[in-house]
Amino acid sequence: MTSPATGPLALLISTRKGLWLLHGDAGRQRFTLDGPHFLGHVIHHAVLDRRDRRTLLVAARTGHLGPTVFRSTDIGRTWKEASRPAAFPKAPAGETGRVVDHGFWLEPAHASEPNCWYMGTSPEGLFRSEDGGDTWSSVTGFNDHPRNAEWTRKEDLGTPDGPILHSIQIDPRDPRHFYIAMSGIGGGVFETRDGGSDWKPLNAGCAINFAPIPDPEFGHDPHCVRLHPLAPDLLYQQNHCGIYRMRRAEGRWVRIGDNMPKDVGDIGFPIELHPRDPRTAWVFPMDGTDVWPRTSPDGKPAVYRTRDEGESWQRQDRGLPSDQAWFTVRRQAMAVDAHEPLGIYFGTTHGEVWGSANEGAEWSCLARHLPLIHAVEAAEFAT
Amino acid sequence: MKIWIPQPLRSYTQQRSQVEANGATLAEVLADLDRRYPGIRFRMIDEQDGVRTHMKLFVNREQVDSLATSLHEGDEVHIFQALSGG
Repeated sequence: MTSPATGPLALLISTRKGLWLLHGDAGRQRFTLDGPHFLGHVIHHAVLDRRDRRTLLVAARTGHLGPTVFRSTDIGRTWKEASRPAAFPKAPAGETGRVVDHGFWLEPAHASEPNCWYMGTSPEGLFRSEDGGDTWSSVTGFNDHPRNAEWTRKEDLGTPDGPILHSIQIDPRDPRHFYIAMSGIGGGVFETRDGGSDWKPLNAGCAINFAPIPDPEFGHDPHCVRLHPLAPDLLYQQNHCGIYRMRRAEGRWVRIGDNMPKDVGDIGFPIELHPRDPRTAWVFPMDGTDVWPRTSPDGKPAVYRTRDEGESWQRQDRGLPSDQAWFTVRRQAMAVDAHEPLGIYFGTTHGEVWGSANEGAEWSCLARHLPLIHAVEAAEFAT
Repeated sequence: MKIWIPQPLRSYTQQRSQVEANGATLAEVLADLDRRYPGIRFRMIDEQDGVRTHMKLFVNREQVDSLATSLHEGDEVHIFQALSGG
C-alpha cells in the first residue's frame, strides 16, 4: 500500500487469555475495547486478510485442548472454526510423529493467491490453506525436507514457549519466493524460491553467541524478520544477537544494531517497518545482559527508530514511563498502521497497549489490565 | 453408549454434558463422536492418535491411553480435562 489509509482501524490484541479488538477512530484519538473473544483461550496471533480486509483468522488453543483456527468475516461478531486445523501427517507405525502444539504465525499469501494463507507452528511446521483458513495442509517441501530434521525437532532447545516457525515474509513480486524464520537451536532464516519445495538457510553474517561454531550455515535465533513490500530485496531482522539488515543481492546480514547506544544495546524481539518508507524501522530494545531479563533497559522503556536503514537511531520515549517500568514486548506485539502520519503500537506482557499517532513522537496508554499480550496487529476492516 | 463431555468441549455438543456415540473400539467411538460433533476429536486427540497431555479418557472408570481399547454395549466413556496451569 503506497497511499495512506484514512479510515478507522482496529488493533487485534492476542493474549494468553483471549482476543480483544481495540477499535480506534480515523484520527486515532478515541479507542474502544471490544472483547473478550474466546475468553480463556490462548491466542497466539490474529490477522486480518490485507487483500479482502474482511477475513480475520485467529490461531487458538487452550490449556487443555489442541490447536485450532477460528475465522470471522464480520469483524468478530460471529466465528467459525476451521474444519481441518493444521496437523502433521500421521507417522508410520513404530515411528514417533510430530504434533502441532499451537499455531504461532498467520500470514496471508501473495496477492495473486486470494484465500490462501500460510501458518507457522510450534514445533516448527509450515502449513498452507487455500480456502480462507478452513482447511490446512502440510507444506511438505519444508516439513518433509531432507534437511528438516537438522533445522528443527529440538523441542528441548527451543524458546520458552517451544520452538517456533515465524516471520513468514512473501515477496510481493513472486508468490513462489518467500522467507521464514525459526527460533531455537537449529533455526535461522530460510528462503524458498519455488513455492516452498526447496529451502536454503540465509544466515551469513549473523552472530550466534550461544553456540561454539562461528558463522554457521544455520542454528541462529531470529526473533523477527521483516521484508519491505516496496523494496522486497531489503530485509530487516531483530535477532537474539542484535539488529540486522540484508540487501538481498549481498546475501549477508549487517549488524545495524551496532549503531544503537551502547548502554541500551540492540537486543529485543519485534521490528516494524514504515509501510511507505523502506529506510525507516522501529525496534523495542530489551535488556539482554547478564541473565537476560528481557525488560526495558534500566526500567526506562523506549522505542528506537531509524530513518536511514539502521545507520543511526533515535530514542522515542515521550509519554512512556520514565522510570521503574519493566516492559517486555514479544516479537508479534508491535504493529504499525498505514495512516499519515503513521501510527505505531505495542503490547506488553503485563497487559498494556501503548500507541503513538505520530510515528513514535508521543505515546499514550490505550488499554491496560489485559492478560499477557502475545501479539498486536493493526487492521483496517472493509466498510 | 454414553459419553461424558467435560466443560471445555461442550461448545461442540450444544452444552450437553452427556451424549451418545457408538463403536467397537475407543477409536471408533471417537470417530462417531466427531461425525456428530465436528471438530471435537482433534481438540482432545492429536494427529498421532495420542491423547493430549491435559485430557484424560476413562472407560468404566478405568483410565485408558490406547484408542484400540475395545468397547462393549453398555460401557461408559468419560472424558476429563486434567489439572493444568493457571
